[in-house]
This record gives sequence, structure tokens and C-alpha cells, in this order.
Amino acid sequence: MIVYWLCFILFLTGLYGVITRRNLIKIAISLSIMEFSCFLFLALLGYTKGGEAPIVDPADPVRTYVDPLPQAMVLTAIVIGLATTAMLMAVIIRIYRKYGTFDIREIKNLRG
Amino acid sequence: MNPLIPLFVAVPLAGAFLIMILGRFIPFLNRYLAAAVLLFLAFISFWSLLTEGADASVYRVGGWEPVNGVPIGIYMVHDSFSALVLCIISLIGLLSVIYSMSYMAGYTSGDYFYALFCLMTAGMNGVVLSGDIFNIFVFLEISAISSYALVAFGVGKNELEATLKYQVMGAIASFLILFAIGFIYWKAKTLNIADIRVAYEEGHDRSYYLLVQLMLLTGFGVKAAVIPFHAWLPDAHSSAPSPISAMLSGVLIKAVGIYVIIRLFFNMFEITEGISVLITTLGAVSMVVGTFLAIGQWDIKRLLAYSSISQMGYVVMAVGIGMILTARGVKSDVAALAITGGIFHMLNHAAFKGLLFLNAGAIEYSVGTRDLRQMGGLAETMPVTSATSFIGSLSISGIPPFNGFFSKLIIIVAAVMGHFYLLAVLAALVSIITLAYFMKFQRYAFYDRQPGKTVQKIKKVPAPMLFSMIVLALVCLLLSLLALPSLRDAILTPAADLLIDQMKYSSQITGM
Repeated sequence: MIVYWLCFILFLTGLYGVITRRNLIKIAISLSIMEFSCFLFLALLGYTKGGEAPIVDPADPVRTYVDPLPQAMVLTAIVIGLATTAMLMAVIIRIYRKYGTFDIREIKNLRG
Repeated sequence: MNPLIPLFVAVPLAGAFLIMILGRFIPFLNRYLAAAVLLFLAFISFWSLLTEGADASVYRVGGWEPVNGVPIGIYMVHDSFSALVLCIISLIGLLSVIYSMSYMAGYTSGDYFYALFCLMTAGMNGVVLSGDIFNIFVFLEISAISSYALVAFGVGKNELEATLKYQVMGAIASFLILFAIGFIYWKAKTLNIADIRVAYEEGHDRSYYLLVQLMLLTGFGVKAAVIPFHAWLPDAHSSAPSPISAMLSGVLIKAVGIYVIIRLFFNMFEITEGISVLITTLGAVSMVVGTFLAIGQWDIKRLLAYSSISQMGYVVMAVGIGMILTARGVKSDVAALAITGGIFHMLNHAAFKGLLFLNAGAIEYSVGTRDLRQMGGLAETMPVTSATSFIGSLSISGIPPFNGFFSKLIIIVAAVMGHFYLLAVLAALVSIITLAYFMKFQRYAFYDRQPGKTVQKIKKVPAPMLFSMIVLALVCLLLSLLALPSLRDAILTPAADLLIDQMKYSSQITGM
């Protein structure tokens, strides 16, 4: 059970970073931390104690296997996470070129 | 069984791919290919709506049949509710592409624009058709990433700031949704929405699912911009190019926000009174606060964006009233009426908010500003824009005989019949305030020329833009025909019945 709590604490750490950091790069890193806590949680869901890779052997059918579905989900989610992070980084680089700063307090054209 | 279901996702994906591969060799291929893709989607979505029977049709990706009655593999489900949402996606999409043919001529990299547009359509169609909660997440991210890029398409200071806000909030929402999917899988050991419903009925661990429900409500609430989570919407929708604003406000917040909330809370979880009161409160708060935020705006597109929050509040509130009555198990006819009103208002809002954003784009195109204080007297120089935006404004503020009147009337009547008098009064008041700020928009933009103000240089609005606006204005008028009892029973009532009859969706798909 303790691993799930650690996973949740990792999620909260990321959220804390997104809320309190002022540097755009650090916000992106915090978002990645949140993302990886989700992946870790999904990977933990499929784990069975003493489980093996789910390749069914007809000669020995009573083995314990880990659940392969969460692993497939994690792989999909990692690819999506890569796309999101790349997009965010591209936007941050463009912002640096336009505003000349990474400080989120300086980026306040839109309000109201 | 509808054989066209996979085409809804495959055709726009192929369109995006072909535009990127062939677009650099053949000039102007991008816009015509994108228009052809959306025209095809519009055709098959209306055909599917009209030929849809009482039963949902299911497409099993890869042909994986259920084992012992348990669905394995990915399911795509087309039923009377998703058919309506598919129709508005392809209709507004088609008109936005036609509009962009002239509007986007001033921007570079047309290939990227049209490819992202097709990708966003594919993502939204996928979310609407998916019968599987993890695929909802995947398609949601496809449409979200392409919309992040489209919001930033102008790469100016404002666009980049808006897209940063949108991305950070959207990413947190996506992680919450992913976490909730993990929790659901932990307990139910399945990802299929119909099968989760079966597992939910068998297990009795309601407090466990309460956490999941709150996480999903927060995540999709950010996507749908209900009020405590709305901060990204006015920036993103006002900074995007106008055809994209029409898509985002007209379709995206419904397809990936409201639609998924309704689908999950009616067909996946059992409706409980606590959650339905929460949803109704969120809807009523966004309805009231959104309208007060809109009234002080001077930027046309910001005004329209805040008004979207307020109008989405009507939809959420109407659906919430239906949920409360269903949870109490009383007055199921009133609950069906409230949900019908909510779905009807969702369709209407797509038509008139799409139209108004296209009008705002036309004004920006020819006058070069979005500030209401710097324009005036445009009614003489832009007669078509003026006339269509007048129709749009009357529809959104609920003046008969336009469509907005009928949907708001249904919502208010349902609220009174369900004894929610406070909500009925609020809905009527918000409608009056909506009329006030749209009259402000009309007066400052089109009439009231102040003396001493120089007449701006006016560019003529090109024909494709006029075509899209006129068609949407006609759609606003035609949609009011859905209020007639015979048409309503044919098109809107099946969707509401599907939601009210809670086990029907699940039993149709699992076949039990």
C-alpha cells in the first residue's frame, strides 16, 4: 500500500511545483513529474507479487502472470506525454524569443 | 449495424496525412482536400443520423468478439446521442474550413493549418464514438494537442501566452483523467464503459467511486470550462484565428467536455443525488457568473468567449436537473424534458456561437480591430455581416422565432415543472442580461457612429466567408423547427431516452 501513497505524494509534488514555480522550464518539469506519477500508478496496477511476463506456456498453465493491459496503457500514455511535452517546450522557446524572459510574472498581456 | 463508423476517424486522419505529404507539391491542395474531407464527414454523419434505428450500432475494432459475454478489444459505439454531436462537429467544421479559405490567406504555412484542423476533427469524432474510457483519453489528447497548436497559430505575444495557459491547465486535467481511469481499472478490471457499468452494479463500494467521479468531473470540467475551471477559455478562444475560435467554442468544449460528462455520469455510473446536485450547482454558477463577466468586455471575441461559459452553464444546469429528478426517481417525464432541453441548447449553441465568432472574424478582417470602442456604423458598409450577426444575437438572447428561444423555453419550463423555481428565475434573468450585452455589441459595432471618429479603411469581406455566415444564419432559423413535437420526437427524444433509461446503453453493448 505504501507505494501507492508514495505515487500520490509524487503527484502532489508535481502539482506544488506547477503552482509555486515562476520559471516556465520548471513548470514544464513539474508537469512531467505529475505525468510520470500517473504512469507509475498505472504500472503498479498491473503488478502481481511473484508475477511473470504474460507469455502463456501450455506446459505449465498455473503460473502467476502480471496484468499486461496497464502496461499497454502506460506505453500509449508515454507516447502522448512525449507529444505534449514537446509541444509545451516549443511554445516556451517561442515565448522566450518574444518576451525575452522565462519569468511567468512578466508574461501578462492578457487580462480581464 | 452502421458500416460507416470507422470512417469517422479514419478519413480525417488520412486527410491530415495526405495534406502534409502532398501539400508541398500541389498548390491549394490543402484547402480543397480539407473541405472534401469535412464535406464527406457531414454527408455520412447526417446519413447516419437519419438512418439510425432505436438500437446503438457497435463496431469492434479488429473484429475481437466478446469472450463469455465480457467485451475485449476496442468498441466504437454510434447511438442517437453521439449521432447528434457528430452532426454538429462536421457541419461547423465544414463551414469553418470554407471560411478559412479566405481568412487564412493572410497567414503562412497553410498545410500545417489544414492538417491540424483535420487532426482535431478526427480527435473529436473519436471521443464521441469511443465506447472505451481509455480511448476517450487518447482521442481527447489528439484533439487537445492539435488545438493547442491551432490556438498559437498566429505566434504573436498574446497567442503564445494564451496557449501556455491552455496547455498547463489542459495537462493537469488530462493527468486527473488518467489517474481516474487507473482507479476505475483497479476496481472494475475493465475499460469498456458498458462493462464498467455492469461491474459497478455488482460491486457496492460507492464511496470508492465517489472519488473517481469527483476526479473525472474536475478533469472534464476543465475541458468544458465550467466556472471554477474556466480561466483558460477567454484567453484561448479570443486569441485563436476566428474559424478556430468558432470550432473551439462551438464544438470542442461540447464534444470533449459536456458530451463526455453526460455520457459517463449517465451511462457509466449510477446517478446519485449528491453528484447531481453538485453538477446542477456548477451549471447554475457558470451561467450566472459567466454572463456578468461578459457584460464588461470591450473585445468582441472575449465577450463571445465569456458568453460561451454562460451558455454552457444552461446545458449543464438542464442536464443536472434531469439527473436530480432521475436520482430521486420522480417525474421521469420532466427529467426527459430537461435533458431534451439541454441537448437542444447544446446544438443551438454550436450554430449561433459558431456564427457569431465567424462574424467577429469578418469584422476583424475588414476593420483590423476587435475593440468595440474603435468601431461603429459598420451596418452600412458590411450589410451581410451585420444582418447575420443580428440573427445570431437574437438567437443567443432567446428572442422568438429563433432557435435559442425554444431551447431556453424548454429548460425553464422543465425547471418550473420540477419545482426548481430559483433556477428557473435565474435562467430567465441571465437570458435578459445576455440580451443586454448583445445589444451592446450590435450598437457599438454596427450602428452608433460617433461624430469626429475617422472612418476606418474597410476591406471587402470575400465570398467564402459570406457563404459560411449566411448558411449558419439559416441553420439558426432551421434548428428552431426541432421544437415542433414531431421532429423533436424523431431526433431529440431518442437521445434523452437513451440517457434516462440507464441500463439500456450497457445492455445493448454487452448483449445481456
